[in-house]
Amino acid sequence: MQLLDIRNLTLELSTPDGMIRAVDRVNLTLKEGEVRGLVGESGSGKSLIAKAIMGVLHERWKISADRFNWRGRDLLRLPYHEQRRIISRDIAMIYQEPSRSMDPTSPIGEQLAESIPDDLLEGAWWQRGSQRKKRVIALLHKVGIRDHATVLSSYPYQLSEGVCQKIMIAMAIAKNPKLLIADEPTTAMESTTQAQLFRLLASFNQLKGTSILLISHELETVARNTDTLSVLYCGQLVEAGDTATLLKHPLHPYTHALIKSVPEFQPELGFKQQLYALHGSIPTLQHLPIGCRLGPRCPNARKECVKTPIYERQQNHYFSCHFPLSGKTNE
Amino acid sequence: MSNLIEVRGLTKSYQKARGMFSRQTIMALSEVSFSLEAGQTLAIVGETGSGKSTLAKLLVGIEQPDKGDILMAGQPLNCADYQKTNHLIRYIFQDAARSLDPNQKISNILHDVLRYSTVLSFEQREHKIANTLKLLGLLNEHGNYYPHMFSGGQLQRVALARALILDPKILILDEALTALDPSLRAQIVNLLLELQQKTGLAYLLITNQLRLVRHIADQTLVLHKGVALDYGETSSVFENPQHEYTRKLIKSIEY
Repeated sequence: MQLLDIRNLTLELSTPDGMIRAVDRVNLTLKEGEVRGLVGESGSGKSLIAKAIMGVLHERWKISADRFNWRGRDLLRLPYHEQRRIISRDIAMIYQEPSRSMDPTSPIGEQLAESIPDDLLEGAWWQRGSQRKKRVIALLHKVGIRDHATVLSSYPYQLSEGVCQKIMIAMAIAKNPKLLIADEPTTAMESTTQAQLFRLLASFNQLKGTSILLISHELETVARNTDTLSVLYCGQLVEAGDTATLLKHPLHPYTHALIKSVPEFQPELGFKQQLYALHGSIPTLQHLPIGCRLGPRCPNARKECVKTPIYERQQNHYFSCHFPLSGKTNE
Repeated sequence: MSNLIEVRGLTKSYQKARGMFSRQTIMALSEVSFSLEAGQTLAIVGETGSGKSTLAKLLVGIEQPDKGDILMAGQPLNCADYQKTNHLIRYIFQDAARSLDPNQKISNILHDVLRYSTVLSFEQREHKIANTLKLLGLLNEHGNYYPHMFSGGQLQRVALARALILDPKILILDEALTALDPSLRAQIVNLLLELQQKTGLAYLLITNQLRLVRHIADQTLVLHKGVALDYGETSSVFENPQHEYTRKLIKSIEY
């Protein structure tokens, strides 16, 4: 069953210069137990989509979608309280920069205890306190923090970024969510801690069947840890499909460029050789090109590209390009 | 070929107050030695607190070493003499957007650098600025822009222009490539490689990204808690690491 099914999600912001369409008709689906990667450069709307799913976007944003289904129910058409209830029960998010998204004025123990919902605790009311404490300690052990006594009584600023990130994860999994959204969980982390974190996420996915939406701008880490992949460019979905097929046979020039710009995916690339790079830079939201937004930077752009391409599919591989690449990357 | 820069037994420690009377000494760097030739790249790899940034600060003279020598082409280098060392070693910060003065035009920023370190006249400075901007793929008109008018990749080019305008021999890149988006990173890496081929610039690349190190660095130095562990050709360090910590680090990008 589809856990999350979003069709034509559009996020707009009204500014003095008119409406800015930051996310333009993006489709996103997630099955139960699936690990999906969402890749895009800064300003491509990855975090906006995550926030829209959580329902925490500022009210100035106009959200519209043909379909925004969470387990068969359209979240956008539900009354506000109902929507909040479902989201807070089923979806959890790990935010960017963990040490800054925690309350600096209260110790970790209190913050963690707060994130455990009442209905997960059993027993009479006088047993709740000790149960909560036990659960908090168990959560810390689960994310790999052994020294729980010191951590529980510390404040966020006293802990390192890696430990803070683990506590964020503990908070997120406290309510046994169906979907875990991880927004750039590894930026500003060392590669050894990164590996640990991905192992942790993978183990939750396998043991509990939690679906994970992994948001990142680094293709190589996402590629290694996900089953399926969606690639965004400037708020448009350019390609989506199985990670392995997508990396092997990209159909969109942007995905192709992304893959070729990572030295790791180019084994025959010589030492100190020039990397493949698209010319130009990412347009700002105020000056978005019409039609396909990659247009001005695309090596095979033609006249037709001023019209926004529609989604096409080849089996499970979606792409939106007028002139898809049919060849292989390594040729 | 002779060494451009040679560092011998560089040591730096910090004092930290502990209680009212006692002090704790933290060794940031102990006995680190390396050398770098022209046209080569040395990558310094390690986790936070390993002393990478301390090493960079010692080389540009922001901090003074406790012990050890920095030899530049055989001559001891006085890092605190900025007007001299500016022509030899330049430093690029992690965030280009925050390291440029938002109130100054790019040409003013570049003029300031030249006015401080050289004796060129106004016309000569203008000429130099035009040349440097051209070298980095920027237009002459960009000199009249303010930093906020540039995009991320262009800002990194401006930061590079500010560093390269004095024709240094060594460029220190302190996590300068980490925060960039992949397609911009590829552009900047290409630019750096091209500059190295053209001018024989040497890079000291301080980074966490081992994949990039493998692609562009000739030599690698692994730092752990201020101690140099593995040091040598990048390929031999990656294929045959000597220390447990290095092995762990390399395994983490492969697993």
